[in-house]
Amino acid sequence: MKKITPFLFGAAMLAGAASHAQLRVEIAGVGSNQIPIAVAGFADESVAPAQVSAIIKADLERSGVFKVIDAGTVISETSNVDFGTWKGRGADALVVGSVQKLADGSFDVRYKLLDTVKGSQLSTLSQGVTAKYTRLSAHKIADDIYLKLTGARGAFATRIAYVNENRGAHDYRLEVADADGEGTQVAVRSNEPIISPAWSPDGGKVAYVSFEQRKPVIYVQNLMTGKRTVVSNQKGSNSAPAWSPDGTKLAVALSKDGHYQVYSVNIDGTGLRRLSNSNGIDTEPQFSADGQTIYFTSDRSGGPQIYKMPASGGNATRVTFNGNYNISPRVASDGKTLAWISQRDGGFSLYAMDLASGQELRLADGATEPSFSPNGKYIMYATKGGGRTGLAVVSTDGRIKQRLSTNAGNIREPNWGPFMK
Amino acid sequence: MRNFKSLAFIITSAALLAACKTPVKLNDTPVAERSVPAATTPPASDRDVRPVETGTTDPLDDPKGVLANRSVYFDFDSYTVRDDGKPVVENHSAYLNKNKSRKILIQGNTDERGGTEYNLALGQKRAEAVRKSMNSLGVSDSQMEAVSLGEEKPKATGSNESAWAENRRADIVYQ
Repeated sequence: MKKITPFLFGAAMLAGAASHAQLRVEIAGVGSNQIPIAVAGFADESVAPAQVSAIIKADLERSGVFKVIDAGTVISETSNVDFGTWKGRGADALVVGSVQKLADGSFDVRYKLLDTVKGSQLSTLSQGVTAKYTRLSAHKIADDIYLKLTGARGAFATRIAYVNENRGAHDYRLEVADADGEGTQVAVRSNEPIISPAWSPDGGKVAYVSFEQRKPVIYVQNLMTGKRTVVSNQKGSNSAPAWSPDGTKLAVALSKDGHYQVYSVNIDGTGLRRLSNSNGIDTEPQFSADGQTIYFTSDRSGGPQIYKMPASGGNATRVTFNGNYNISPRVASDGKTLAWISQRDGGFSLYAMDLASGQELRLADGATEPSFSPNGKYIMYATKGGGRTGLAVVSTDGRIKQRLSTNAGNIREPNWGPFMK
Repeated sequence: MRNFKSLAFIITSAALLAACKTPVKLNDTPVAERSVPAATTPPASDRDVRPVETGTTDPLDDPKGVLANRSVYFDFDSYTVRDDGKPVVENHSAYLNKNKSRKILIQGNTDERGGTEYNLALGQKRAEAVRKSMNSLGVSDSQMEAVSLGEEKPKATGSNESAWAENRRADIVYQ
């Protein structure tokens, strides 16, 4: 087990484009072996409501994978580029592009990724977008750069869901935002608490628990239409919804039989079936990426520990053994890493475990409610600081940490959405 | 009574109209005015009724009664009803046994420390402890629903032991 190095705030890189963000991103700590990349201003990008090149730079910087060099000039994707100059400035890659406003009011966002070492083109994209989604086009370009230069899929164009609550004002909101905390949209507003949002695998729906009926009830809501259905309102408490990878079922935790146990239910509320069988608490089910296994929290041995069982139910085997309080299991999309919360020395910390070796890594302190990015490279979690709850992100290797802060309210219960088409 | 008032009104109006017609005769007192005092103070009628409020006889609505206490407190990391909570459980059980049509929600709560969902499960354990105690005293499960609010609805805000102790609680809520 390795404890994370304290972050060097002096070396912090600040995401310059996030100045009017509702969630402010601060980065502490940087990854080693960063890829040096120069990003030029995009030709005519001021015609669009979002500054595309600035968003690309902020995304790349925030990932911790790149060392971003400000080109200090505007270069269109049609310009001739002197590769030697950029190589001389230490950039292995160069991003250029343009934004054009079309007659119908939409925008054509074009970009090219150039390899300055080989003097060749690595990638190019042309996107037609409405004004509202010029931000998204920038995130998609950052995703393309991340993929071409690291080989892994970027998660900049994904979204997050979280709860923004002001208990004194009885104001509870389930909000959806871009992964960088920008472009916030309210999905649910309620006078009673909302917890445990969970994105459907297709990114179109969110399951969550609402207390509007004076008890926890599970809903699934279509984000585009606002239509929502009660998936489970059994006698007692209904909570901890988790989607099956095929999007047809939820694993849930219900107290209908007198204590919390894990069940599966179709997303229309039919086909309820009990999966776990213990005398204690069984809750927080999570499907493995292949849908074959369900990880969950159980206190059957005394304090809470993480167990796994076949997705159809059956014998459970214990997964965590260190510490007396291990909760909130989450499995990375590659199925290789388990993230969870462990109470050790009094505080609650975020841990990751290599499931093959059992090797544990302590990633962050003061953490609850972890959620993996869909590429498995980052974990978002809720953290308390200055009496308020906010969100933070740590890379799965523990080297890069960001904090997303806001000016008002408590932000908690993050859930990172899937890749979208 | 009503006729009496109408008559007085007519007489008074007539007097005022008379006064208007003769604005200059300030010292003249209209004759009709002498009959007015009798009309404005009607004698107490032996048909009058003064109502008396008895209030409700449902002991649940007595703010000073034993049923006004609807909270059962728990020790840290404990899910058994303490001695000081037993009278609460007994009093409400007796009421529910006498009033079979009444139904309650038992809402379990926890302090803020730990995970959201696990705290919800721990709050459920407290609610179930109260439900089982009441069930053993004869209250039908059809009259009770044990649910959890976890750490979501703290009665006491603040991150100190007294606030946490206040929030380790199950509340009986009549529906």
